[in-house]
Amino acid sequence: MIAPYWSSWSDFLAMGGYGLYVWGSFGVTALVMAGEMLSLRLRRRALADEVDEENPS
Amino acid sequence: MAGQRINWFKYAAPQRFYPLAGAAVPWFAALAVLLTIAGLAIGLVIAPTDYKQGDSYRIIFVHVPSAWMSMVLYVAMAFWAAIGLIFNARLASMLAMAIAPTGALMTFVALWSGALWGKPTWGTWWVWDARLTSELILFFLYIGVLSLHAAIDDPRRADRATALLSIVGVVNVPIIYFSVQWWNTLHQGASVTVTQGTSMATSMLTGMLVMALAFWMYCFAVVLARVRIIILERERGSAWTRAHLPATAEAA
Repeated sequence: MIAPYWSSWSDFLAMGGYGLYVWGSFGVTALVMAGEMLSLRLRRRALADEVDEENPS
Repeated sequence: MAGQRINWFKYAAPQRFYPLAGAAVPWFAALAVLLTIAGLAIGLVIAPTDYKQGDSYRIIFVHVPSAWMSMVLYVAMAFWAAIGLIFNARLASMLAMAIAPTGALMTFVALWSGALWGKPTWGTWWVWDARLTSELILFFLYIGVLSLHAAIDDPRRADRATALLSIVGVVNVPIIYFSVQWWNTLHQGASVTVTQGTSMATSMLTGMLVMALAFWMYCFAVVLARVRIIILERERGSAWTRAHLPATAEAA
């Protein structure tokens, strides 16, 4: 038992039959945030590479 | 006078703001992680099943925070764009452009989670009602701001043009907010209002507010991280950025 409302993990994942909608919302939110952080990292790296090319040491 | 006043205006210089933002990012990020864990625990484990909507209502824990942030970030973006336009302040304009992508993503998350909530409760992914349509317009405004800025080569000219569009678009924000009162919409009215308090169970409300705080912290962290990159991109000609720029100097 996880909480009064969930009798098992599969019960929790099923979300009372709304699993697709609930996890579809939470999952896409997590993906969007992960993607945003990744894109920032890549943008930072691209800038550093560009500057390195402009100023060969 | 007692003590020494901090001159906050000195942080209007990108060079000064850069390390300040850098020091703040990890704190906002850590708070975002902790609040998300707490918010999910409350929202998915502690909060009871809704007697009307069943467990589909749990979408509220991402839907409402992202929808709030989509509007808050738009106002913040327009505010800083206006400051940048009026006072010719570069950092303010950079901040506006750092906010725009996060605002667009928050709007997307609000629309997406709204569609996934609409299907089981209304029987449709989408309706052209006032709340949904004005939120979609908000998404297009963000896209418009980002495209317009990208289309103009000179950054300061781009800042000015973008600022005008951002400021004009602000009228859409109160339209979104009050749409559920002004028009007969399929979208439900506000669950939490300043004047009438709340219509939700305590644990549901707590979970939603904790998640909203988590989204605030996430947005602060990402926007500040992005404004640092924008500062470096735009100030790359000046001497001080050299220390931060070689690929080997800083990994993130």
